[in-house]
Amino acid sequence: MPQYLILLYEDEQSWAEASDEKSAEILAEHGAFGERHRDALRGGSALQPQATATTIRGWNTGSPTVTDGPFAETKEALGGFYLIEAADLDEALAIARDVPTPFGGVEVRPVRVFD
Amino acid sequence: MPPDPADAAVVAAVADAHRHEWAFVLAATVRVTRDLDLAEECVQDAYAQALRTWVERGVPASPGAWLTTVARRRAVDVLRRDATLRRALPLLLLDEQPGAEPERPDDHIPDDRLRLVFTCCHPALAETSQVALTLRLLCGLTTVEVARAFLVSESTMAARITRAKHKIAAAGIAYRVPPGEELPARVDAVLTVIHLVFTTGHTAPAGADLMRRDLVERALDLARMLAALLPDDPGVLGLLALILLTDARRETRLGADGGLQLLADQDRRQWDQAAIREGAELVRRALRHRPPGRFALMAAIAAVHSVAPTWDDTDWHEVVGLYDVLVQIWPSPVVALNRAVAVGFEQGPEAGLAALEPLTAEPQLAGYGYLAAARADFLRRLGRNVEARHAYEEALLLTENRAEQAFLAGRLSEIAEPNRT
Repeated sequence: MPQYLILLYEDEQSWAEASDEKSAEILAEHGAFGERHRDALRGGSALQPQATATTIRGWNTGSPTVTDGPFAETKEALGGFYLIEAADLDEALAIARDVPTPFGGVEVRPVRVFD
Repeated sequence: MPPDPADAAVVAAVADAHRHEWAFVLAATVRVTRDLDLAEECVQDAYAQALRTWVERGVPASPGAWLTTVARRRAVDVLRRDATLRRALPLLLLDEQPGAEPERPDDHIPDDRLRLVFTCCHPALAETSQVALTLRLLCGLTTVEVARAFLVSESTMAARITRAKHKIAAAGIAYRVPPGEELPARVDAVLTVIHLVFTTGHTAPAGADLMRRDLVERALDLARMLAALLPDDPGVLGLLALILLTDARRETRLGADGGLQLLADQDRRQWDQAAIREGAELVRRALRHRPPGRFALMAAIAAVHSVAPTWDDTDWHEVVGLYDVLVQIWPSPVVALNRAVAVGFEQGPEAGLAALEPLTAEPQLAGYGYLAAARADFLRRLGRNVEARHAYEEALLLTENRAEQAFLAGRLSEIAEPNRT
């Protein structure tokens, strides 16, 4: 069964400014999403904000540089992911449409298989 | 030596099969290969073989079935030969278990055209890619021909088609007809693509010719094919009707001097009455569904024009009423513009100008030449020549179609001199 990674991109500022009630409400919706799609879900996590990110470039130089910050700074930042199994893209998109993302959206990427 | 008439008949038969059977043959072959590129190669081989074999043995009773059988046999051969090589490729997903079918390519040829249609027009592909794939895979156009239709270089178009095919396989766009609940939205995406092919052909975005007949005819073929496959879909009926009714005026859109002829000035006796009758009947069928779709309403508007014996007999009240409904279900600035123009013909240029006014602030219409052209026309009718000249000049800057440019330049020259009487 093909796997897809659903990447959640949301405005971090909106998350930071959300009230405790609002945050709890969204997290509860993620819980409900997880219940609804329990059979398809293979994993997933929320991430700390991109201010906590560390980037490493230049693997092939032998002396990679380590810098503070995300790989690419964007207003809507990668804030979490779900790994799902789906029969095809339409099925994956149907699940992805259901991911609660009040401050942004999601990107769906097929997982590449090497054999 | 003159060409053998029998050979000429075979060439014509192959050309006819290319135009009418390509989608069927390819769709049935894709099911065997589960790979678009390989299927295309096998189908091309089958057409080449048809040219040779049909000269010797005559044109078969069912050219489509013959071509499909040859293409599928070839596919099975290639798959056997290159099994290890091809194992690494991502395969198209089928919604049923791939069973022993590829082993027996000769019996039971399924009609998989709808699968191919929905795969080409999947919303996860960019619209430009959907159009390119549709022309290439459903109409059998070469990459060069598709590139020419959309005024991009061959390499750009080749890259676009390759990228789209790769996404279909790698992202898992399934080779299937979507289930009932998804069907309306997916059919609408297909209609949008066919309509885009038609409008691109009806008024070419640039160049010396007003129309690109080849694209208009491809759009008509596609709409007819879809109407045969989905005979009860009101959107499909509406789109086919719209194309027939609009294209019925093809012979009169250019005057004897090669200049653009407006609807008002066209010789209506030259309109294609058979196309109008067919289109009008389709509109009636499409409008029985509630609520009516956007293509059915646009076709209904075209039908009002088609049945008016002269421009002065046009039922503008009916046209405006239909636009009022259309703008409700499809709130597009272009629809609002067309509605405003109809208001101008119903209630006079002053009212038309007033209806256009709010649209001048619409960002989507900022580069849209027909807005300036419509304003120019109403201003000219009101005798406000200075403003009209500015509007014509603006419209001229916004079209690259030479027939349209010539028309606008002609209007501009009519009011070029300040009125001295």
